[in-house]
Amino acid sequence: MKIRSGLSNLSLPRRDVLKTIGGAAALLASPAVIRPGFAQEKTIRLGAPFHRTGIGASYGRWYERTANAAVALVNEAGGINGMQVEMIVEDDGTDPKRGSELIEKFATEYKVDAVFGHLFSHVVAASAPRAGELKMPYFICSEASLLGAGKLNRYTLQPGITDVRSQVKAMAPWIASTLGKKVTMIFPDYNFGHDHRDFFSAAIAEQGGEVVAKIAIPPTETSFTRYLPQIAPETEVIYHVMVGPAVLTFVKELGDYLGSQRPEIFGFIDSLEAVDFSTPQLSFLDGTYFWEANPRYAQAEQTPFDKFYREKVGVDANGASTADPKDISTYSHMFSVWETLFAIKQGMEACNYQGPANQKDLILAMEQITAFPESNEHPQGAKVFNGKLHQVFGSQCISKVEGGKLVVAHRTSVEDGMYESDVDYTKMDL
Amino acid sequence: MGFGPYLLLATLEGLVQAAVLSITAAGLSLVFGVMRVVNVAHGEFVMLGAVIAWFTASLLTGHPAMGFAAALLVSPLLVGAVAFASERVVLRRLDYNPEATIVATIGLLYILQQTVLLVYGPDARPVDPPFYYTIRFPWFGYSAYKLFVIGAAIVIMGGIWFVLQKTRAGLVMRAAQYDRETAQAFGIPVDRVSAWVFALGAMLAAIAGVLVVPIQQAHYLMGADPLLLSFIVVIIGGLGSMSGTVLAAVLVGLSDGIISMMFSPTLAKMVSTLLVALVLVFRPNGLLGKAAR
Repeated sequence: MKIRSGLSNLSLPRRDVLKTIGGAAALLASPAVIRPGFAQEKTIRLGAPFHRTGIGASYGRWYERTANAAVALVNEAGGINGMQVEMIVEDDGTDPKRGSELIEKFATEYKVDAVFGHLFSHVVAASAPRAGELKMPYFICSEASLLGAGKLNRYTLQPGITDVRSQVKAMAPWIASTLGKKVTMIFPDYNFGHDHRDFFSAAIAEQGGEVVAKIAIPPTETSFTRYLPQIAPETEVIYHVMVGPAVLTFVKELGDYLGSQRPEIFGFIDSLEAVDFSTPQLSFLDGTYFWEANPRYAQAEQTPFDKFYREKVGVDANGASTADPKDISTYSHMFSVWETLFAIKQGMEACNYQGPANQKDLILAMEQITAFPESNEHPQGAKVFNGKLHQVFGSQCISKVEGGKLVVAHRTSVEDGMYESDVDYTKMDL
Repeated sequence: MGFGPYLLLATLEGLVQAAVLSITAAGLSLVFGVMRVVNVAHGEFVMLGAVIAWFTASLLTGHPAMGFAAALLVSPLLVGAVAFASERVVLRRLDYNPEATIVATIGLLYILQQTVLLVYGPDARPVDPPFYYTIRFPWFGYSAYKLFVIGAAIVIMGGIWFVLQKTRAGLVMRAAQYDRETAQAFGIPVDRVSAWVFALGAMLAAIAGVLVVPIQQAHYLMGADPLLLSFIVVIIGGLGSMSGTVLAAVLVGLSDGIISMMFSPTLAKMVSTLLVALVLVFRPNGLLGKAAR
């Protein structure tokens, strides 16, 4: 018996052998294996570490869709310097450790020309130093004021979206004059939230206002009612900015807690990105205000650029996916990926970029850029780029919730958000 | 807000937490008591319960209460079936060896978590509560659904007590917990009891998941917190002791609610962890636990 079974094990059926070999061949030939090794023809290779999973997942999904649409558009128009653009997406799990590992992988295995698309600030803070060491052009689509604080390096740039410091500086005068001067802030207890705390406190003080309570909430918190009694009784304005999977819980509990005798509420749309406003428990938000970088609902005065961009990405007039009206986009953030890609294109064209040997030239070319006019490439609006600071400046929207939709009530100018900084990345080693 | 209303809100929050926690921890405690299996995947059963509740509720149109009631029925059944199958396929084959089952349930944790990630996606999705009503105290408003959760927990815990103390099935479970071998000798099919108990424990977790999903949201990573807190509760209460579990859940829930409001949530977590350490040093079997035989 034993011998026979041994023999039958040895005599593998031919079909099985063929199947196994075929499978192995298919696996070896798959892009996942071939890609890192050798490229077939000359392309521009962009590494895209998106937050497909983890607490940034809803952002990551839309960053990827937006990037895909932008890459398709670039390639249709002939690519960059005659080369097609190839985007290599990897999931970083919204995890700082994996974020920096991916920078390494993009640089050494995939040998990409540049990396773009990181959003969450703790991931950026962990990944940027590695990009600097590896001399890999690293384009962030984040908001924390890491660049402005001089904490990053020569190879890290943010040409697609403004930072928190600029956003709050632009809006503080409007908040103080329209809503009130005594503010309670509710923010996540890490880098991004701390930027809000520090820069908004300073900006509102300049307007003669003050922050009467600062409520820091741990990033993994799932229940919020317990924090709300810290809202100071003299509060005129509640300022909230929350991120992550529990945002809806936060807003609901705020509504339950406050009821109808609420102070004015000013929130960052981050608290409700990817969340449907027509959820019944959110009706208390009617009449409150939100910061938006890019208005989720198509406005009466919608630009042709916004219309073009919406159509290409597949977003309807309510900011939801055209394929599924329940799939709400992260409209106020994802344009940054689109605009960043076109900024990279502009930089690469300026220095006649041909391959990784020109990465230094790309950085130098980016630093020479001074402005991005409003266009299909920059649908959120005109922007000014500060080459020394590696940071872009643009306008902000303050929108009012009216009947479950956001209507822009005020749009700041680009200058409103400009701030002085003595940081100069161009003096760092290249 | 004065001290009185402050304390009231803290107590309410604490009780809601205690309610959810006691159901979850009861499941963990039951499984450990009868099977001596430390189920690391217990939190994932909570998550699975919540996610299935979302699927059920989104399939049914009409009044949210319908979807919720259906979820309360469907979700525990499906989760129980998953648990039953994994007990038969995995745990039984390991002979309930303590070390092996810990590793196996860790594996189960990842399988469940990643399967949900694949099927359901990485988003947090809300389920409508069966009713919207906010109770207006003069100082603050409070969701009536949360009070419903406290009530539901009392009913469910009463149900568990009834089953364990007053029914034949409960008697069999208690016998298997008291002395496995003697129970076997008296003709109790201990092996089959194990499978049912494992399923029952998972069903309790799923019920907790359904109850909590209108308050929080269904998310594939939501199992970590309930797991940690359940372990804290079960260790403080005494592994396998049902009344100890309830006592500890109320203790931990209230102290967590009150300390995190009066001082800080971080301090609350420190206190409950300290409590675990103290219990392990001075009463290694938990507050109401009995020495292992």
